[in-house]
Amino acid sequence: MMRRVLEGSHAVAEAVRLARVQVISAYPITPQTHIVEILSDYCASGKMNARFLRVESEHSCLAALIGAQSTGVRTFTATSSQGLALMHELLHWASGARLPIVMAEVNRALAPGWNIWTDQSDSLAQRDTGWMQFYCEDAQEVLDTMLMAYRLAEMVNLPAMVVLDAFFLSHTYEPVDVPGQEEVDRFLPAYAPGFRLDTAHPFALSPLVAPNAYMEMRYEIAAAMEDVLEKLDSVEGEFAGIFGRRYGAVEAVRCEDADIVLVTSGTVTSTARILLEELRAKGEKVGILKIKMFRPFPVEAIRRALAGAKKIAVVDRNFSFGATGIFAQEVRAAVCNVPEHPPVFGFIAGLGGRDITTGVLASMIEQTKTAEAPPAESIWIGLTEAAYATGRS
Amino acid sequence: MQLDVLDQELMCSGHVGCPGCGATIAMRFFLKTLGEKTVMVLPACCWSVIAGPYPQSTLKIPVIHTAFETGGATATGVRAALDMLGDTETTVVTWAGDGGTFDIGFQALSGAVERNEDFIYVCYDNEAYMNTGIQRSSSTPYGAWTTTTPGTHWKHLRKKNIVEALVAHRIPYAATANIAFPEDLVRKARKAKSIKGSRFLHIFASCPTGWRIPSEMSIKIARMAVQTNIFPLYEVEDGVRYTINYKPREYLVREYFKLQGRFRHLTDQDLDAIQEMVNEDWQLLLRKAGEHA
Ligand SMILES: Cc1ncc(C[n+]2csc(CCOP(=O)(O)OP(=O)(O)O)c2C)c(N)n1
Ligand code: SF4
Repeated sequence: MMRRVLEGSHAVAEAVRLARVQVISAYPITPQTHIVEILSDYCASGKMNARFLRVESEHSCLAALIGAQSTGVRTFTATSSQGLALMHELLHWASGARLPIVMAEVNRALAPGWNIWTDQSDSLAQRDTGWMQFYCEDAQEVLDTMLMAYRLAEMVNLPAMVVLDAFFLSHTYEPVDVPGQEEVDRFLPAYAPGFRLDTAHPFALSPLVAPNAYMEMRYEIAAAMEDVLEKLDSVEGEFAGIFGRRYGAVEAVRCEDADIVLVTSGTVTSTARILLEELRAKGEKVGILKIKMFRPFPVEAIRRALAGAKKIAVVDRNFSFGATGIFAQEVRAAVCNVPEHPPVFGFIAGLGGRDITTGVLASMIEQTKTAEAPPAESIWIGLTEAAYATGRS
Repeated sequence: MQLDVLDQELMCSGHVGCPGCGATIAMRFFLKTLGEKTVMVLPACCWSVIAGPYPQSTLKIPVIHTAFETGGATATGVRAALDMLGDTETTVVTWAGDGGTFDIGFQALSGAVERNEDFIYVCYDNEAYMNTGIQRSSSTPYGAWTTTTPGTHWKHLRKKNIVEALVAHRIPYAATANIAFPEDLVRKARKAKSIKGSRFLHIFASCPTGWRIPSEMSIKIARMAVQTNIFPLYEVEDGVRYTINYKPREYLVREYFKLQGRFRHLTDQDLDAIQEMVNEDWQLLLRKAGEHA
């Protein structure tokens, strides 16, 4: 193991190197570029024994990985925003074809207007595509999660997306423990595909499927997702055994006696941890529930963590137009069948890279504390010009 | 006529192609030539259906069905993975319709051949989107009826010249072929197999259903496309060396047109105009091949 100061992007690249990925394909988009520039260099210099495919679009990028993974090798790509949106058709294809492709997704806002800063709408818009999704808080978690994502993906034959906030995580330098190759090989053995294109055993992958079999195939994907909920624990256990770190599908921070639990994801969690110290010092009973794994959605773990809360406040750096913030929707759905469940307040903040400071989070807690019940719609924090433009107060 | 190809059949009978389907004839000869060390990438097209529903397969080689516009890209990944696994013997083939090649898949195809990916891309050309019910593509010829070029709105635009577009990428090998000329088709498939880098075969494959012709006319019509110079047989090496493989009898195009329901509406005047276009294209090809009429 070696302690190095790395960008979040570099942490991804180191994980890909250590995972001995054999085919990488990528198309440039800010803020994903640092990841693939390093990997391109590793492939060119021989630091990695892998093929780097410089395809002409993100759509072709994922198509190429679908071809490569189906042929029996470990693959990787990274993208962001418009690039992920362009891949949409093939995101479904990858999971439907049961391919354990792993991708790093740098959360970036969608245009228009052009905005390269962080926003979760890109990845959350892909929540129904059959990919696991892991939202990371820091560079160490990124590196570790990448390695665990390969293990999980290959266990259940589903693709996985490791998500990191643009700039706040992708471009921020932090000290990171970079494990040695031998340890990683112990945790993540060479890829042993369950099926592959092989001229010695010819068969057809992803053919026409009539109604008599399609539904069962979909059910199997659903079951594989369920499986992840169970397997995560043992995979994390193994990982912790070798590397001494584990994260959980969710992390509950001081939720046991909390009146208000702030639900977070990604780097906002770190900001919330600071606020939590301040509020606790003042005797306020606040907790944090960090949701790391969004797909599959860890309903049981969330219910358990929120069991004692009087009110729940969810931070969403995304929005589903015509509905609410997406984490809030999912949390509501998770708790709604628990009798006497706490009310869920949904807050929208930080879209398009706007800062979510401790002050912003404090105002969410304050509003949650003082309001009798949550409004049906989301509460947008810190609106200025937009509210002015639409004439709303 | 004796064909110098494997006795072995890599395509099963009992598939669900229409009677007289040119695309199935093209596949059969092509695979006999390529042999079993072949992996096939099959984007959406009539062949997605002909290849059989799960759990059956019409082809005795590994097939990966893939999204409509990804023929060039999926093959890129398959090739890369085979290379990483040390398998340089297996040939990667993309088998796509004209829509998947000329239109929606053109970007991925252009990208793949610009990178000179080591694979054979075969476009079987039935001159429309047949799988979805005979809609026009950029391969649909001038004058044709389709369900999206109905009545007086028959296609008033020329067919895209896909081989020239590929040649412009300077790919190692690009050739036309035709189901009515199996010796030529087999020779070109064999040649394509022996070359490294990107190779493109454009196979004219009649479609009785979409062209409104009796199924027993499939081969005859395909042959006439060559005999009238509508679909010349030629090959281009390295984007520069043209060889015209067959000098036809130069029947009048109206002989070809009058047999097909999809051209029924054309007037004598229209046919004259088409004849001129065909003549012009032929002269152009002769010049490129360094031959003069
Ligand atoms: C993105 C996308 N758009 C549309 C379709 C529907 N579709 C499937 S096959 C096809 C036509 C295929 O035409 P062509 O490539 O000419 O092959 P053919 O069916 O004529 O053999 C279309 C439009 C699709 N599968 N994917
Ligand atoms: S519609 Fe045409 S191309 Fe498709 S299977 Fe029938 S004859 Fe063949």
